[in-house]
Amino acid sequence: MLQYIIRRLLQLIPVLLGMTFIVFLIIRAIPGDPALVILGQQATEEAVAALRASLGLDEPWYVQYFQYLGNLFTGDLGESIRTRTPVNEEIWPYLATTFELSFFAILIAVIIGVNAGIISAWFQNSWFDYTAMILALVGVSMPIFWLGLMMQYQFSLQWDWLPTSGREDVRDPVTAITNLYLLDTLIQGRFDQFWTVLKHLIMPGIALATIPMAIIARMTRSSMLEVMKSDYIRTARAKGEKMFWVVYKHSLKNAVIPVLTVIGLQTGLLLGGAILTETIFSLPGIGRYIYEGISSRDYPVIQSGILVVAFIFVMINLIVDILYSIIDPRIRYN
Amino acid sequence: MGEPAKIQEPPAPVQPQEETISPWKEGWRKFRKNKIALVGTSIVLFFVLMAIFAPWIAPQGINEQDLPNRLQPPSSEFWFGTDDFGRDIFSRVVYGARISLTVGFLAVVGSAAVGSLLGILAGYYGRWVDTIISRLFDIMLAFPSILLAIAVVSILGPSLRNALIAIAIINIPNFGRLIRSRVLSVKEEEYIMAAKAIGMSDARILFSHVLPNSMTPIIVQGSLAVATAILEAAALGFLGLGAQVPQPEWGAMLAASRALLVQAPWTLFFPGLAIMLAVLGFNLMGDGLRDALDPKMKT
Repeated sequence: MLQYIIRRLLQLIPVLLGMTFIVFLIIRAIPGDPALVILGQQATEEAVAALRASLGLDEPWYVQYFQYLGNLFTGDLGESIRTRTPVNEEIWPYLATTFELSFFAILIAVIIGVNAGIISAWFQNSWFDYTAMILALVGVSMPIFWLGLMMQYQFSLQWDWLPTSGREDVRDPVTAITNLYLLDTLIQGRFDQFWTVLKHLIMPGIALATIPMAIIARMTRSSMLEVMKSDYIRTARAKGEKMFWVVYKHSLKNAVIPVLTVIGLQTGLLLGGAILTETIFSLPGIGRYIYEGISSRDYPVIQSGILVVAFIFVMINLIVDILYSIIDPRIRYN
Repeated sequence: MGEPAKIQEPPAPVQPQEETISPWKEGWRKFRKNKIALVGTSIVLFFVLMAIFAPWIAPQGINEQDLPNRLQPPSSEFWFGTDDFGRDIFSRVVYGARISLTVGFLAVVGSAAVGSLLGILAGYYGRWVDTIISRLFDIMLAFPSILLAIAVVSILGPSLRNALIAIAIINIPNFGRLIRSRVLSVKEEEYIMAAKAIGMSDARILFSHVLPNSMTPIIVQGSLAVATAILEAAALGFLGLGAQVPQPEWGAMLAASRALLVQAPWTLFFPGLAIMLAVLGFNLMGDGLRDALDPKMKT
């Protein structure tokens, strides 16, 4: 097991290096001179040249790349041009917003998706099965930014059930400790605030959960159907075990692998979808952070933001792969 | 001495009892039976026809402003209502099909062409060619796709054409990986060995044997990828990084009407519905094609 994990970690090194190189290239390829962006259009040529020299921009590209890599190793992600704050200091609240949103979305997707899949398989060809699978088909085709807007219209503007946007009630802001507001409000015992934060999360969470939920429901259904035909399930049934227990205890365990795969694969989609969801619901997440970085040509922010997200994505995939081999030791990748 | 041996007449060629069915015909037979796939294909056809005949279907031009009739709700005169410039939303949605289908189709053709080429090279030549190409795919897949698309558009500048290029680029590794694994198995087939034995050139083996035998997964993946590409183009349009106003691209229409959510929700409802239906059509058709042509692809 340890050997497998070590091998997987070693395999990651070229991918991570490649990622840093691609991000480095992308930033260099974006038109416009960072020095000019920092100093503004009115800057004198000497000032621009001086700043270029101090930023190391007049060095050959490979020197710049290795400097950049060296900085990364010491945890230096650069300084935002717009806010003049080190990126590694200001990035956490944004990341926390996205974490909270993604985690909430995955939770909804797994709870509803897995159960819908199980019930569909259990009552195959029933009206529930048909309805759930049609909804799942529609779900995978959903433009989540549109779903978000439609939910805002119905649940906030028409019915006034849920807040339209944001993370918290601006008149009663949450005191940030970890920046994961659900956790922060619980730590402080502010259950009223916890409820408010939760209400703010419901619509963006559902919008973001839609596609993974639909895929999880379809995958769970098909793997459950396969498992439920197997001999040991028939034995369990023959021994007189209640169908409910057979389904949830015996079958589900074997349907975990495909579901795990989907969760692993969907993380990328989720992180990407977070950009759209955050735009619609005005959430200050990492997607907004990068997007605003692009709008204001804030190179260090774009560079580090993209790299951090890609790094998280790679790590989650690694964790999913390791979980596979723990749950089902037959799976070991070369 | 015995009589000279009679020359035996060659036996009459055995007539096949049944007509052999080609895999394509077999696939078509299965596809026709799949009702959901047929629904998907009908939706796709509907949008294709809408795109082709847009000038005849749309009652008004895409940028024809009718200010006295601004923000009209859906009615018998304006089926999908009008926007804040008095433009007919139905006409714009109909013309939008042209943009979305073109972007979806061209982006997929682009990524399938480049991806297949790289996949074939990696799979056929192996060794360092494979290592370099496969690692490149790994690295590209390590970025969430929409993020990579945003990064590409930020280099090229926001426009519909650049969004198309970005979508084509981010989908290359999906095709590349698929074809690579297909080539790896096709390469071991006897007819490839035979082709090598008679001295056929690598290029000819690749393009007249390996590629045609890897076609089914390309077609299946292609039809599903059109769905994703349409969605990605709409997402980029929505973020202001794809089609620009006043182009009637569905995603850009949503972005332009966002402020009208309270006042005129129909300006947002119909373009979004069009995106969803078009994507649904390609997804259903792609699922059906996969089940009919390449059931092994199903995970």
